[in-house]
Amino acid sequence: MKRVEGLSKLTGRELYVDDLPVDGFLWGATVRSPAARGRIRGIRFDDSVDWSEFTVVDHRDIPGTNAIFLIEEDQPVLAHGRVRHLHEPVLLLAHPRREELRRAVEAVHVDVDAEPPVLDFRLTPDRERIQYGDDNVLKRLRIEKGEVERALAQAPHVIEGVYETGAQEHVYLETQGMLAWEEDGVITIAGSMQCPYYIVEAFEHALGRTPDRIRIIQAATGGGFGGKEEFPSGIALHAALLALKAGRPVKLIYDRSEDLAVTTKRHPSRVRHRTGVDGDGKLLGQDIEVVLDGGAYVTLSPVVLSRSIIHAAGPYACDHVRIDGRAMFTNSPPFGAFRGFGAPQSLFACERHMDRIAAELGIDPVEIRKINLIRDGDSTATGQVIADGADRVQVLDRALDLADYYERRTAHAGFNAAEPTRRRGIGLATFFHGAGFTGSGELFLDSEVHVAGLPDGRIEVRTANVEMGQGTLTVFTSLVCDRLGVPAEAVTIAPADTSLVPNSGPTVASRTVMVVGGLLEKASDDLRTRTGLPADADGRAIREAIREWHRSHPGEPLIGKAKYEQPEHIHWDDETYRGDAYGAYAWGAYVADVEVDLRTFAVSVRDFVAVQEVGRVLHETLARGQIQGGVVQALGWALLEECKWRDGAMENAQLTNYVIPTAGDVPPIRVEFLESPYPHGARGAKGIGELPFDGVAPAVANAVAGATGTDPASVPLTPETVMDLILRQRPPAGSLT
Amino acid sequence: MSGDGVEIRLTLNGEQVAARVGEHDRLLDLLRYGLRRTGTKEGCGEGECGACTVLLDGVPVNSCLVPAWQARGRSVETVEAVPEEELAALLESGATQCGACTPGVVMTAWWVRRNRELVDTHSLRELMAGNLCRCTGYDGIIDGLAAWLASTASGEPGGPG
Amino acid sequence: MTVFLPRDLDEALELRDRHPGATAVAGGTDLCVLWPERVAARRDEWLDLSGVAELRGHEWTDGALILGAGTTYWDVIRDRRAGEELPLLVEAARQVGAVQIQTRGTWGGNIVNASPAADGVPVLMAYDAVLELRSRSETVELPLADFYLGYKEMRLAPDQLLTRIHVPRRTYDLQWFEKVGSRSAQAITKVGVAVTRRDGEWRVVANSVAPTVRRCRSLESLLAEGLPVSGPADLMGALESDVTPIDDIRSTAEYRLEVLARLLYWRLRDVCPSIT
Ligand SMILES: Cc1cc2nc3c(=O)[nH]c(=O)nc-3n(C[C@H](O)[C@H](O)[C@H](O)COP(=O)(O)OP(=O)(O)OC[C@H]3O[C@@H](n4cnc5c(N)ncnc54)[C@H](O)[C@@H]3O)c2cc1C
Ligand code: FES
Ligand code: FES
Repeated sequence: MKRVEGLSKLTGRELYVDDLPVDGFLWGATVRSPAARGRIRGIRFDDSVDWSEFTVVDHRDIPGTNAIFLIEEDQPVLAHGRVRHLHEPVLLLAHPRREELRRAVEAVHVDVDAEPPVLDFRLTPDRERIQYGDDNVLKRLRIEKGEVERALAQAPHVIEGVYETGAQEHVYLETQGMLAWEEDGVITIAGSMQCPYYIVEAFEHALGRTPDRIRIIQAATGGGFGGKEEFPSGIALHAALLALKAGRPVKLIYDRSEDLAVTTKRHPSRVRHRTGVDGDGKLLGQDIEVVLDGGAYVTLSPVVLSRSIIHAAGPYACDHVRIDGRAMFTNSPPFGAFRGFGAPQSLFACERHMDRIAAELGIDPVEIRKINLIRDGDSTATGQVIADGADRVQVLDRALDLADYYERRTAHAGFNAAEPTRRRGIGLATFFHGAGFTGSGELFLDSEVHVAGLPDGRIEVRTANVEMGQGTLTVFTSLVCDRLGVPAEAVTIAPADTSLVPNSGPTVASRTVMVVGGLLEKASDDLRTRTGLPADADGRAIREAIREWHRSHPGEPLIGKAKYEQPEHIHWDDETYRGDAYGAYAWGAYVADVEVDLRTFAVSVRDFVAVQEVGRVLHETLARGQIQGGVVQALGWALLEECKWRDGAMENAQLTNYVIPTAGDVPPIRVEFLESPYPHGARGAKGIGELPFDGVAPAVANAVAGATGTDPASVPLTPETVMDLILRQRPPAGSLT
Repeated sequence: MSGDGVEIRLTLNGEQVAARVGEHDRLLDLLRYGLRRTGTKEGCGEGECGACTVLLDGVPVNSCLVPAWQARGRSVETVEAVPEEELAALLESGATQCGACTPGVVMTAWWVRRNRELVDTHSLRELMAGNLCRCTGYDGIIDGLAAWLASTASGEPGGPG
Repeated sequence: MTVFLPRDLDEALELRDRHPGATAVAGGTDLCVLWPERVAARRDEWLDLSGVAELRGHEWTDGALILGAGTTYWDVIRDRRAGEELPLLVEAARQVGAVQIQTRGTWGGNIVNASPAADGVPVLMAYDAVLELRSRSETVELPLADFYLGYKEMRLAPDQLLTRIHVPRRTYDLQWFEKVGSRSAQAITKVGVAVTRRDGEWRVVANSVAPTVRRCRSLESLLAEGLPVSGPADLMGALESDVTPIDDIRSTAEYRLEVLARLLYWRLRDVCPSIT
């Protein structure tokens, strides 16, 4: 099946928020904090501007609670009294002309009595910098399995390492934007978003309204990657407040510089490993500490931390594991959801550390993984017994095979001996990614989907899960077509408009196909049952039965429904952090072949092989596209993308200074899937959206280590960092060069 | 001109159009807000991303870097002008995901398609390097363009072009 | 805000004379970055050069390639002869931005924008290019190597326009350009260098390592004299007197200097007997 909305995108007909036709609207803009931390002394408006032409909104215009509803309610919609990070929204302006608005933003001065900020999450804060609880820890979590201290005390070798990763900006190609208007007492939003119902909840709290007076519509969305999960709630509220006060539609679109400077980014991390191993490399004990920079408000950091620690020990069987996690408060714009959701950070550390262990023991990086990879019957760090029939060693072998791993390793040794200025290396990573919400999260979401039979025999799918590039519309269409045996023309997907679709949960956590897709199959069955037909009825009969049902029930809706029920095998204890963290894991093995130029210290990726076991591939082109796109985005994180900080916020807030890969910077990404169907996912599928992010940075860093004989402990490996490694770092003992 | 803009004429997708443009307006603004051709996208306003790519007198340019008054008397082609049946190869290969980069990608690719001799001196990746895409990892785009170049004029895959 | 739209060079020069404060716009690839928020709101008068036919295009004479100031990178890339005779022009042009920038960006704009990171300037300087500067009253010629005075300061009077660039047609026994940016395209140079050698006479021109694109005269004489060099470190003394790199948002002084020395050493080792 071709991408459902593909032609509409290729021809430019698809309407994103800034393309929607509206008349008589105002442009909105945001006045922000000039300081990382302090008390707001006052706000001054220059006389040079005729303020009567402007709509001006501050915290006093918020009818409900001044908080963006999420896990906690600590983040204000508009700062009042004090500011906690640079660029924090303080005041909103609207005006018909964008040029006037730009001038006006500069004519508002927020005076702040500055206080000492926390700018480095790795340092223990002194007293005057404590701003959250009594230690600035936003969230603390621990996983414990077996007795790690005893295991480490008895292990023949204990190997330590500290690893760091930097922030990353999503760079969805369409910046954040919202259009708000009020219509018959209903505040309405159309905009770029992943989670329409998150915005409904945020509006209930901050605007003090009941859901029937709130309508949220997803416009075509030009990429999200997690960046349009929680962040849009704030900007939607801003647009709504302006529209309510102005009595006119308001469009609030961030330009790229603003988007880069103020929106969420991937959490920076620091991960410490202390690992006991025997002489063959068998893991005896893993003691791991994961620290994330959360930024100035709690937002989603607790759940990012949760996923980060659950993945921190890697896809390995080890009887004694302790993982301590902390998310720290700093005076930075909050860090947020980003593809992988904490797992890429902890898996970078884990997989770099596996290579370090192998190097120190003088064993092959392939062998150490093969010895330790989970076999069916083994358990993860949370004690989840894996028995999914997937063969993780086979995934690794397939990747090695496709990449000509051993041949290349030999060839590189010869090349490196002969070449004065170039060094080649090949590196690998094995990893996993849990799909869906953690633990009982899916149960709390209580997702519901509808599949409606229309009077003309067409079928309409109603979910709040959105298309943002990942292919939701196409996969949903094909699932329903398959289930009911109807052609694609017979199926339409209702717009993600909360006045039309039920709450099927957020479009995050690689849950759309596996969880929501599964519900769609059930709802399709329910629709068929309601028409009175048995499971073996064919599509034509079903469509006729739908038409017939409507003839006998004029004016009534015919809706097949399904609600989430937790598969019986899932048991999770949120108190002890033990049990089945995810319904299913996808497994991957990635191999990177790199060349380092010893003149410029630049790393170029010569070849990249991505092999993964994903349950079932529902649509080959879409699935491959997810992997290739994820790999390239992660290559950016591994090699190029670096946020430079000033007062806790991004200083290089332009695409010329925050560089992401172009077509010329990456090789073709070679993708292969292995399939071992997951019985509770739609047609056997497990989630794949985030998986590709996890294995890239460690594979690349391991390849650079091999090429240069250094021991990189952080990403991004920019040329400046690689220069530092080569000029200053002694090769680690026993490194494979 | 001073203050209230200037009247210009240009050829847009083969049609003569007249428009009043402000001194501040970029060609991108003229297209999107003045003429309501919203196919052309803004991704950065810095000339980095190529989402705003249009053909100006037959060559690809970033319309965010062109003052609208520089388009006077010139010919502009936007994504709206590309015949739908030409797009089969890009649709098939997975060249579009979120679609925000897509109109720009299509315009650069359309230019390459109509000037196939470019591939004698340039790789497809070099030609497409001015169009950032955050979704596809570029394989879908490059493979689609290669297939498009190999197809016959009707857009159906055919012998080497 | 006022925009002047001259139709030919005379009109442009006359407007330049009457409105010395007006900013000339050629391809706009420097000026129009973040145009609405950064520039349009702040500058008042603009002089559009896009309608001035005399500035466009290039021609080959017996002794020189003459580039109109408004010649684009793409014009040069598409000229097969340029690739054969003056290959560094094409190499540099192909590494400017990406196609969408190459079709709009002009050689004249690159020179007058006076960025230390400009990629067109080092190759022109290594080829001993001469600028033609015109005002209503006179036309003067000035070697590009003498044009810059300091960061964004140059010998261009408010009533002058850069009209043409003469690039002598000569044969070189060595010509080489290398650009180091953060990625393969759309990259501002972190350090770059153009080198030519003709009858034992050297030109070494580096960019992004000083307030202006810089001819490295100490290094040129070190090479001309054939002083022995046995590693990148042996070039450091000369380079440190030629260039003054800084730390900025794109790279570090240390990286720029180290890489410049390494690029030069490894390339010149193949062609200079004195370098081992
Ligand atoms: C995304 C992007 C990537 C880029 N990459 C590179 C790169 O890799 N390498 C590089 O060197 N540059 C790069 N640039 C910068 C720019 O493209 C070049 O410097 C280009 O040559 C400028 O030419 P222009 O005609 O567009 O200049 P404009 O922007 O029109 O003008 C630049 C300056 O020159 C003045 N000027 C122009 N013509 C004349 C004249 N005839 N007489 C007097 N003054 C004049 C203008 O007043 C202005 O001050 C990049 C720019 C962008 C946006
Ligand atoms: S919007 Fe013009 S290049 Fe990005
Ligand atoms: S398809 Fe989303 S940026 Fe290219």
